[in-house]
Amino acid sequence: MSTEILMPALSPTMTEGNLSKWLIKKGDTVKAGDLIAEIETDKATMEVEAVDEGVVLDLLFKEGEVNIPVNKAIAIIGDPNEKVEVKKEVIIEKVIEEKKIEKIEKKIETKKDDIIVTQSPKIEEDSNLSSKEITMRQALRDTMAEEMRKDNKVFILGEEVAEYQGAYKVTQGLLEEFGKERVLDTPISEHGFTGLAVGAAFKGLKPILEFMTFNFSMQAIDQIINSAAKTLYMSGGQINCPIVFRGPNGAASQVAAQHSQDFSSWYSQVPGLKVIAPSTPYNAKGLLRSAISDPNPVIFLENEILYGLKGSVNNDVNFSIPIGKANIEKEGKDLTIVTYSIMLQKSKEAALRLKDEYNLDAEIIDLQTLRPLDTETVINSVKKTNRLITVEESWPFGSVGSEITNIVQRDAFDYLDSPVLKVNSADVPMPYSQSLEKLYLPQVDDIIDAAKKVSYIK
Amino acid sequence: MKKLKKADYIKMYSYMLKIRRFEERAAQLYGMGKIGGFCHLYIGQEAVVVGILMTIDKNDSVVTTYRDHGHMIARGLDPKRIMAELTGRADGYSAGKGGSMHMFSKENNFYGGHGIVGAQVPIGTGIAFTHKYNKQKNICRTYIGDGAMNNGQVFEAFNLAALWKLPVLYIIENNKYGMGTSVDRAAAGPDLYKRGEAFGIPGEKVDGMNVFKVIEAADRAGKYVREGNGPYIIEVQTYRYRGHSMSDPAKYRTKEELENYKETDPIEIVKSEMLKKKFATEKEIQKINIETLEEIKNAAEFATNSSFPKDSELYTDVYL
Repeated sequence: MSTEILMPALSPTMTEGNLSKWLIKKGDTVKAGDLIAEIETDKATMEVEAVDEGVVLDLLFKEGEVNIPVNKAIAIIGDPNEKVEVKKEVIIEKVIEEKKIEKIEKKIETKKDDIIVTQSPKIEEDSNLSSKEITMRQALRDTMAEEMRKDNKVFILGEEVAEYQGAYKVTQGLLEEFGKERVLDTPISEHGFTGLAVGAAFKGLKPILEFMTFNFSMQAIDQIINSAAKTLYMSGGQINCPIVFRGPNGAASQVAAQHSQDFSSWYSQVPGLKVIAPSTPYNAKGLLRSAISDPNPVIFLENEILYGLKGSVNNDVNFSIPIGKANIEKEGKDLTIVTYSIMLQKSKEAALRLKDEYNLDAEIIDLQTLRPLDTETVINSVKKTNRLITVEESWPFGSVGSEITNIVQRDAFDYLDSPVLKVNSADVPMPYSQSLEKLYLPQVDDIIDAAKKVSYIK
Repeated sequence: MKKLKKADYIKMYSYMLKIRRFEERAAQLYGMGKIGGFCHLYIGQEAVVVGILMTIDKNDSVVTTYRDHGHMIARGLDPKRIMAELTGRADGYSAGKGGSMHMFSKENNFYGGHGIVGAQVPIGTGIAFTHKYNKQKNICRTYIGDGAMNNGQVFEAFNLAALWKLPVLYIIENNKYGMGTSVDRAAAGPDLYKRGEAFGIPGEKVDGMNVFKVIEAADRAGKYVREGNGPYIIEVQTYRYRGHSMSDPAKYRTKEELENYKETDPIEIVKSEMLKKKFATEKEIQKINIETLEEIKNAAEFATNSSFPKDSELYTDVYL
């Protein structure tokens, strides 16, 4: 009997891996638990153990080969004495395997489709645009490093941000460059270290506080709302709080109800906070710089699935995008889609299909900042298109879309040709099972359905 | 403490082995993409939960962290249905809606599986409150990771438990690392079991690689709590062989450190005691090994063949 060793999934979001190093060679005998290879995932380089026993009959990839899909056979182990027989089985297994891979590749393709990067006109007009594309993760890290070089009042703290290089590798290399006085690992004590950071900000430092995910900001919510957001007001304008709370927000992949939820509308409700949700490496860079420079507490909502998204950025260390300004991602005349964060990508995909299949020309507005909200850009768009849908990952009750709906019916009532429709996640906690997770999240089809409804297309 | 008999040894060995084989299989299914999200393995820590199991009353309650698969197995729950939860299927203990970190079995007094560090500590204290309120002789075993021992709500819970003399046994599973941060880089002061002293909660430290030492301490502590003296803290010194979760390469520790712990492997300790005391022959042990492997293989098969939840399940269980 021969067994194929498959490229393993080594993180919730891994779809492919790079073969950094083989720790075995053809002819070696391996047993369960032996280390066989080093695989580079989207997060780290991991050692892989064998689960089965046998002699290594073949290594199917060379060291250094990249982007090998999860579940693709990377090696064959078996009994060398049954080699002839084995070959036959391998062929049969290969056919099955290839079918499996086809499926997986399809799945990956759809995933990639979810995240198409088409440059907005504004980005293309940017004369400082980098020729090299970088990931959202790198864009965030670079911006923090640039600001830390400029101003030694800026420091970063959070769980695993220093020695571990960040749970999602967003703070990679910062400890090496800035040292442990300015890049601090904290215990798992959000309420305590958030309060400490707020105190430091009151006294004049500019902390960047990373929540491993915004789910854990719930442990610290009192300090964020009652201390950070309100003290300027309560002190009659004496004490401000220049702090950035950042980290991944919203759904990741199958991490279920306590680790997959969107807090954008919660934070947007609070006077005293500014709330930002970037959608591309380009605006992540410009917006994070504005957030760090801002004298107020800023909630900076990243998205784990977008961390690997690549795009061009502006490399000027002073480049920033103002807080409170939306971006018209795509101009259109038939309806307006207002969205932010990861839903921008799905909205763009929906817009392509709306054009192709229904000849509808959608205008897409990427809010970028949720509080203060750029109502002017939204209202002007609605005055042009007369139809509006909002697309976001948060729960429907009291969502960002609810507030936009309110503003539009108040300020542009006479311009509306149909009721405003909201596309949100399902009004339930996030389920674990992959089948239910897909149903829970807004999908391209949901956006298309809403667009058709506001356009009275059956 | 009552003397451990042959049947007890067989029980300990079987449960510890079952947990290990289960976790290895879970890792494999994760690698194949059958299990998603976060998945925290218990390999190396088996003696802790199995040691406690040996002193438990089935009407006692249990609440634990997200590293919960082994805890459920030790509670006597069905590996098939635990694995089915990991694969997100309708037959899972949470009907596929909770996943690895959020599993519950009310009928077996197992109150989770909690994803948020520290959150289970006040909850376990509240369950103990209920036992006392209802005048039951039962206690609530509340497991705490070393990482949670720096979390504020833990101390609020300690204070309440001591103030109201609640029947809660706090078990700190000190596996040396809170994710990638070693205990000495997260906690001021080395002895976590002493952190109840200010509230008058007695505590002790135990070698968690040795199931017999765990049983001794658990028996003593359990009696203290059950007799109405209030809470008690056991800090169990243990070690996880794998990373924090499946995606953690565990680069923050040395290979030598891991190898050293493997030399005091908790399952091997029980096995050699069994052989020494002639409670089992090599052949009998081999039989248990094969049966366990088979049981877990069946669990994996069950979990990958069980159907996904119905679409309509998305909207159920939000309100009673």
